[in-house]
Amino acid sequence: MANKPQGRSHQLLQILLYPLNWLEERTSLPGRSGIVGGIKYFLFRKVPSDISWGHTLGSAALTAFIVQAVTGVILAMYYKPDPNSAYESIRHITDDLWAGWLVRGMHRWGASVFIILLFLHMGRVFLYGAYKYPRELNWIIGVLILVLGMMEGFFGYLLPWDQTAYWATVVGVNLQATGPFVGPFLGDVLRGGSEIGPDTLARFYSLHMLVIPGALAALIGLHLWLVVRIGVSSPPWSPTEAGRPEPGPPPAPRKGLVAPAPRNGLAAPVSRGARRR
Amino acid sequence: MNPRHDVDPHEGQGTAHEPTPTIWPVGFAVGIACIFVGLIISKIVLVVGVVLTAIFGFLWIRDATRPFRGEEAPAEPEPSRALPPGTPAARTSGPDPGQGEIVRFPRSKFLEATTLGLGGLIGVIVTAPVLGFTVLPPFIKQGHPKIDVGAIEDFPENKFVIATYLLKPEDGEVSRRTAYIRNNGFLDESPSFTILSNRCVHLGCPVQVNGLPLDDEAKTEKTAGDNVVTRIPTAAAAGFGCPCHGGQYDTEGNRTAGPPVRALDRYQFEIVDGRLLLGQTFSVSDVDGTGAEAKIHTYRLAGPGQHVDGPEGWLYPVQPPR
Repeated sequence: MANKPQGRSHQLLQILLYPLNWLEERTSLPGRSGIVGGIKYFLFRKVPSDISWGHTLGSAALTAFIVQAVTGVILAMYYKPDPNSAYESIRHITDDLWAGWLVRGMHRWGASVFIILLFLHMGRVFLYGAYKYPRELNWIIGVLILVLGMMEGFFGYLLPWDQTAYWATVVGVNLQATGPFVGPFLGDVLRGGSEIGPDTLARFYSLHMLVIPGALAALIGLHLWLVVRIGVSSPPWSPTEAGRPEPGPPPAPRKGLVAPAPRNGLAAPVSRGARRR
Repeated sequence: MNPRHDVDPHEGQGTAHEPTPTIWPVGFAVGIACIFVGLIISKIVLVVGVVLTAIFGFLWIRDATRPFRGEEAPAEPEPSRALPPGTPAARTSGPDPGQGEIVRFPRSKFLEATTLGLGGLIGVIVTAPVLGFTVLPPFIKQGHPKIDVGAIEDFPENKFVIATYLLKPEDGEVSRRTAYIRNNGFLDESPSFTILSNRCVHLGCPVQVNGLPLDDEAKTEKTAGDNVVTRIPTAAAAGFGCPCHGGQYDTEGNRTAGPPVRALDRYQFEIVDGRLLLGQTFSVSDVDGTGAEAKIHTYRLAGPGQHVDGPEGWLYPVQPPR
């Protein structure tokens, strides 16, 4: 009778949790959480009680970026950045490979989704005034992310190497080359010469899949870190924001990954992370 | 509380168990580096390295063994900071741990500065060529080789011929270029040609003939340097139009409508043994007159969308090498 079902499930839980505890013990300092605790904090941290679906746009944009990164890595396994074989390799991906059309389509349309979500997220932050002190730095980082995201679109557009891609890139690069003083030099650097040539495609490919995604990932990490560090802002009409008690019964639990903040008495709680000035 | 204090009570400021600071290992290291480099590239460097290593090795050993040979270590030059009155003069007979430790430029600061300095230097040495490799090739060895596009007789008088050729045959189709060539007959007994680039001077799209390309009469010829030149005659060419943004040009390349900022670029050409050779392209603000008598206002080749004359031309004072 020693092996009761409860004991068994407890044992199973212990076995499953063992690797996590192992990891936590080896990444933490006394009194401070490690990797597992950090992820738990990130996922279950307290946020203002009156956030809405609008606050999920940033996570949505992050998801779109992850989709782009994963599908992009897979496409890179089949794509050949060479003027004589690029178009054929794209055709091969789309027509011959199993689900190639799907992965390429996800990357192709996901690019637009990413940009659209960036703009919606930016609009939400702007309209809610969430760019104000102390979050200006995160706005600036967000603007850089937007610029890099659009550069991804520009450099990725050439890769199918069809007539649309080629001439759109000719126009795009020449547009930048009309910038005063340094424009002509910028154009030559982008093209890898005075005209689009064999080096241009590989250059765009490298920028599209290595340089800019790396910078984007770093900036997104910084962006998230600041979000967690400074906290999520309430909407401008929020009683919490104004320091007033919220009238009426407490609303139903809100959506999203995070648990609703607990309430105690009249004062709507504000998490440590969501403090205001 | 900090256990480091128990181990090193003097915070790296030279203690009894450490050898006297000396500069000779730097020269010794340079010598070793010269030996390794010399082994690969040059015997002279190797010999220099051996000599440097020997000299600085000797000096280093002499300094390091000084205490064992009973000699006094040379006194470190003191900073001008005055010692508090009554402080016993330190450093008269070797380092004196404990009381009377004097303030001088500490070893830790030196090491900090050296680490940062060397790190920065290594960073520059590694970054400079990489950055150069990224940025410079687009500006080097550009140029336009002379392209043989056919015999003079292949170009009927006063008719535009669409000629396509490979700028660099080894690069393949990506280097295909198009020129619109019109034989203007003879001017003062020398042949005259109007040769327009097909790159729209708005943003670089390919302008098309406003007329009828006679594709059935197209001729493809292999010319010098493995080039594959195609010549398509045209009929009733009344000018040129760009499909991208609607720029329009007349038969001399002058802009007649739309967003282009100047006239179409033209090719330099020469005629060798009855063959027409295309050279570098150049930019044109506008053309007065027509055909052989046309007066062409030429400028150095500028990119599409860039003004070459007037105040707007001042925005592009320097052009990259072409």
